Amino acid sequence: MPKDTGIGASSKRREDVRFLTGVGNYTDDLSLHAQTHAVMVRSTVAHGRIVKIDTARAAAMPGVLAVFTGEDFAAVGGNPAGWLINSRDGTPMREPKRPVLAHGKVRHVGDAYAAIIAETYAQAKDAAQALSDDTQIEELPAIVDMKAALADASNRVHDEIPDNLCFDWGWIEDNRAAVDAAMQAAPHKVTLELTNNRLVPNAMEPRASIGEYFPGTGDYKLTTTSQNPHLTRLLIAAFVMGIPENKLQVVAPDVGGGFGSKIYHYGEEALVLAAAKRLGRPVRWTAERTESFLSDAHGRDHVTKIELGCTKEGDILAIRTETHANVGAYLSNFSTATPTFLHGTLMSGPYKVPHVYVNVKAVFTNTAPVDAYRGAGRPEATYSLERVIDMMARELGLDPFEVRRRNLLTPDQFPYQSPVGLMYDTGNYQATLDKAVELGDVAGFEARRAASAAKGKLRGMGLSTWIEACGIAPSNLVGILGSRVGLYDAATVRVNATGNISVMVGAHSHGQGHETVFAQVVAEKLGIPESSVEIVHGDTAKIPFGMGSYGSRSLAVCGSAMDRAMDKIIAKGKKIAAHMLEAAEGDISFADGKFSVAGTDKAKTFGEIAFSAYVPHNYPLETLEPGLEETAFYDPANFTYPAGAYICEVEVDPDTGRVEVASFTCADDFGNVMNPMIVEGQVHGGVGQGIGQALLENTTYDENGQLLTGSFMDYAMPRADDVPFYTVDASCATPCTHNPLGVKGCGEAGAIGSPPAVINAVIDALHRGGITHVKHIDMPVSPGRVWQAINA
Amino acid sequence: MHNFEFVKPSNIADAVQAMASEGAQALSGGQTLLPTMKQRLAQPETLVSLTAIPEMQGVCMGEGGLHIGAATTHATVAQEAASLYPGLAALAGGIGDPMVRNRGTVGGSVANNDPAACYPSAVLASGATVVTNTRKIAADDYFQGMFTTALEEGEIITSVIFPVPAKSAYVKFNQPASRFALTGVFVAQFDTGVRVAVTGASNNGVFRWAEAEAALSKDFSAAALAGLSVDASEMINDLHGTAAYRANLVKVLTGRAVTAAR
Ligand SMILES: Cc1cc2nc3c(=O)[nH]c(=O)nc-3n(C[C@H](O)[C@H](O)[C@H](O)COP(=O)(O)OP(=O)(O)OC[C@H]3O[C@@H](n4cnc5c(N)ncnc54)[C@H](O)[C@@H]3O)c2cc1C
Repeated sequence: MPKDTGIGASSKRREDVRFLTGVGNYTDDLSLHAQTHAVMVRSTVAHGRIVKIDTARAAAMPGVLAVFTGEDFAAVGGNPAGWLINSRDGTPMREPKRPVLAHGKVRHVGDAYAAIIAETYAQAKDAAQALSDDTQIEELPAIVDMKAALADASNRVHDEIPDNLCFDWGWIEDNRAAVDAAMQAAPHKVTLELTNNRLVPNAMEPRASIGEYFPGTGDYKLTTTSQNPHLTRLLIAAFVMGIPENKLQVVAPDVGGGFGSKIYHYGEEALVLAAAKRLGRPVRWTAERTESFLSDAHGRDHVTKIELGCTKEGDILAIRTETHANVGAYLSNFSTATPTFLHGTLMSGPYKVPHVYVNVKAVFTNTAPVDAYRGAGRPEATYSLERVIDMMARELGLDPFEVRRRNLLTPDQFPYQSPVGLMYDTGNYQATLDKAVELGDVAGFEARRAASAAKGKLRGMGLSTWIEACGIAPSNLVGILGSRVGLYDAATVRVNATGNISVMVGAHSHGQGHETVFAQVVAEKLGIPESSVEIVHGDTAKIPFGMGSYGSRSLAVCGSAMDRAMDKIIAKGKKIAAHMLEAAEGDISFADGKFSVAGTDKAKTFGEIAFSAYVPHNYPLETLEPGLEETAFYDPANFTYPAGAYICEVEVDPDTGRVEVASFTCADDFGNVMNPMIVEGQVHGGVGQGIGQALLENTTYDENGQLLTGSFMDYAMPRADDVPFYTVDASCATPCTHNPLGVKGCGEAGAIGSPPAVINAVIDALHRGGITHVKHIDMPVSPGRVWQAINA
Repeated sequence: MHNFEFVKPSNIADAVQAMASEGAQALSGGQTLLPTMKQRLAQPETLVSLTAIPEMQGVCMGEGGLHIGAATTHATVAQEAASLYPGLAALAGGIGDPMVRNRGTVGGSVANNDPAACYPSAVLASGATVVTNTRKIAADDYFQGMFTTALEEGEIITSVIFPVPAKSAYVKFNQPASRFALTGVFVAQFDTGVRVAVTGASNNGVFRWAEAEAALSKDFSAAALAGLSVDASEMINDLHGTAAYRANLVKVLTGRAVTAAR
C-alpha cells in the first residue's frame, strides 16, 4: 500500500500553495524604502572596441542618480571560471578576465558596458537609450563559427588569446594511442557528425538582483535569483569585489526556475552592490525577457564527430570523439567543467566498451557565455553515443534493442571502472530496458505503425539507454581534476524547544520541491509529522553553508548531510533519554519517534527529549550541553549513477515534415525514491525539455553575431500540446551504495535520456517509410528540416 | 514604453476627430501595438481606443454577407460566426491563445496586415469588403504587400463584410515558436467559383493562388491540384522554413483545405 507520509509517500508539494495563490516571495516582489532602479546598457554589436562613452547627457537626465561604466570596475577583480582545465600538451586553459562591466571591448550582443541608476525604471531606461546613442563603438568582425574562430588568428575575441582556443582537452590522453589502434583494427566503423544545438534556458522568472548597503555596520545584502547563494557570496567576496564574506549576506528567496542558468554569478549582482554603496540606497535590477535571451548563460552548443568501432555482430570495441564546444565570449563559472568532466567521463555510457577517447576543443566566440544547462555535458555525451549506436545497428542490419542488450553492463559487473574515469557503483540496465519494453508495449508497435500508415503518417520507435553521473564528488578527487571549489553540502537540524524542527539546508529549491521532500525525509527518520518540519534555504545568514542545487545533487549530497545531522540529534537524544529514564545509554533505542529502554516499556517521546534539552532541569549538565541542534557537512565518496531506458514513438507527416511525439515511456533507476509524485514530475519536466531540444528549440546567431532567435516569436519553447502523456516508472531501483538514503538523483534524467530517443524514432520512422537515404537530421528536427531531408 | 495620451471615444465621428491630432494612433485589441510600444519601436503621442464604439462591435448577417464590427474580438467571432460562417469562425478560434483571442480584433489584424496573420487570407478568399469611415475597399485592392494596405493616414476600419461561401476551410501550419501561420491557406467555394488565399508564405504578403482557383473551380477536390506548383522564388525564406518548403506547404495545405471544406 502506498504510504501517506514520510519516505515514499507522494506528499503534496507544500510550496505550491504559495506559488499557485500568488503569495510567493520572488526577488522582484521585494519593494524597499528609497529604492532606485538600474538599467544595463548593452552592446548592440557582437564585437567592437569601445572608443568613447560620453556619460554627460545621460547623467544629467531627469531622475538619473549614477552612471557606471567598465572604468568604475577596472580596479576590481573578474568573475572566475570554477574549474581549471589543462590542455593535452599540459598547458593551462586560457582564462580571460570577465569584468563586471565590459571594458575596452564588447564581446557579444547584450554584453553590458554601462549601467544607469535612476529614481524610476522609466527614467533609467530613457537614460540608457541616451547613453547608448552617445557611445562610440568601433565594430569589429564578429567571430561566430567555432571552426572559423580557430582558423583565423587575426580576429580575436580576447586580444591576448591568439587562436580563440580556451583549451584542447584529451580524455584520457594516455589512452589515445590504444584507442586509435583499436579503432583501426575494428571490423566495422561508424562515423557520425552532429550538432548539439545551443539552448536558451528561459526560466520563467528572469534574473533579478537587489543590492543594499548598511553604512552603520558596513554590511552588504544581495537579494538575487540564485541556485546557490553561498557560491555567489564566495565569488563576489573572494574574486570580484573583495567584500569580506562576513560582511555580505546573499539571499535567494523564491526562485522561479533556473535549469542551470542561475548557478552562476553575473555582473549585475556586483553592480547593484557597488551602486548601493555609492548611493546609500537600495538598487534593484530585473532582466527584461530580451535581456534574458541575450545575457543568461546558454546551454549545449557542441559540434561533434563521433566514431565507433565494432564487430559485425555489434560488439562495441572503441569510441572516439572530437568535439568543438562553444564557451561564448567569457568563461561562465562552470563552463569549463561542463564540456569536459561532465561530458567526457560519460562517453562509455551504460556499456562495456574497452576503448574510449574524448577530445574537446573549447572555443571563444562573440556569443553569450555557454554553461551548464539541465544535464550539463551528460546530454551531449548521451546524444552522441545513443545516436551512433543506433546508426551502428542500422548499418549492420541489427535490432537496436538487441545491440544495446549485447553491450550493456550486467549487474554482476559492478562496481565497474569505466575507461573514462568513473566507478559505477551499482545498476541493473537490463531491468530498466525490460521494463521500458513492457510499458512501451514494444510488442504492439507494428499494429500502431499500421494504424498510423492508414492515416498517411510514418510511425517510428526510438530507444535510448542512458546513464548519468550526479552529485559530482568527492572534493579531494575533483580538486585533483581542476575544480576550484569543494562539492560537499551542509545541513543544520534545529530541534526547537516545543519539538518542531527547522532544517537549514545548503541545497536551494527553485521549483523542485525540496521543502516537501526534505521534510518527508526528516519526518520519517525522527518519527514526527511532516508538518512539524520546516525546510529553510536560500539565505547565507540562516544556513551554515552550502553549494546549492544543480547536477541532481540536492538529495544525494545535501540530503545526506541532513541525514548525518539527524544521526547526531538521535545520538544526543539517547544520552538525554538515558539520563531521564535512568538507563544505560547503550540500552536506549530510537524508533517511531520514541526513545525507549530495551526490554521495558519505559520510553520518552521525541518532544519530551527536545523540551528537556531546552529546559534542562532533569538533564546531565555535567557531561552534556543543553540544546538540540546539530550540523553536518557531507562530502560524497563517489558520484551517483542514475540510469534508464527511454522509448519514444513518433508520427511523421511526410508531406509537411511535421513530427508528433505519439508516446514516451521512461523506465528509470533513481535508487530509492523519496516522493514518487515529485520524481515523476521531475521526469516529465526533463523529458519536456528534451523534446523541446529535439524538436523545437534553436538558438541562431547570424554571421554578424546578432541573435535571430531573441524572443519567443522565434525561439520555440515546448508547450503542453507538443508533448504526449508520459509513461513513467522508477520501480527498477538499485539503491546508491554510498549515501545513507540510497538516492541517485532524478532532476536531469529526462533531459539527458530523451533527445536521442526522439531523433532515433524520427530516423526509424523515415526508414520504415522507405526513406532510407536519411542517415541523420540535426536537432531541432523542425518540420522544414525533416521535409528537406526527405526531399534531398 | 514612452508616455502617451489616451482617449476612448464612444462614436466613430469622435474617433475620426481624435485621429486627426498629431501623433495619434488607433488602438484596438493592442495585441500588436502594445508589445511594439513596450519595445519602444512605436511611440504614439495619443492612443485612440476603438473598443468603446458600439457600431464597431458585433457579428450579424446583413447586406452583402456577414458584417463584423472592426473592434470585434477573435473570441467573439469564433463563437458568434460558428453557424453563420464556420470556416471563418474556425480561423478566429485558432488565432494565438485565449488571452490574445479575447483582446485581439479583426480590424486590428486587417489594419496591421502582418504577412503571417490569419485574417487577411479569409478577407481575400472571401472577396470581403473592408469598410472604413470614408469608403468601402474591395479585398483585392486592400492588401498591398507586407504590413501595407490601402488605408490612408488616420483612416479607421469600421467593419468588414464577408460574403459567405458555400464551403470553406482555413488550414494553418504553425510557425513553431510564434504559432502565427508559417503558411496558411483559406479556400472558399462560391457559386461563381473558388477563391484561394495564402498567408505566411509570400514576400508580397497575402496572395491569391490563381492556378489553384481555376483548377478547383472546375473540380473541387485535392486531386485537381496534382499538376500545379507554386513559384518558390516569391516565397519567404527564413529560420523556420525555406522558400521551397513554403511553396510545398502552399500546395499541401490547399489540398487539405479543399478536403476539409464544409
Ligand atoms: C501571442 C500572440 C499570438 C498571436 N497569434 C496570432 C495568430 O496565430 N494569427 C494571427 O492572425 N494573429 C495572431 N496574433 C495577432 C493578433 O491577432 C492581433 O490581435 C492582431 O494582429 C492585431 O489586432 P489588435 O486588435 O490587437 O490590434 P492593435 O494591436 O490594437 O493594433 C494593430 C495595428 O492596427 C491599427 N488598428 C487597429 N484597429 C484599427 C482600425 N479599426 N482601423 C485602422 N487601424 C487600426 C493600430 O493602430 C495598429 O497599428 C497574435 C498576437 C499575439 C500577441
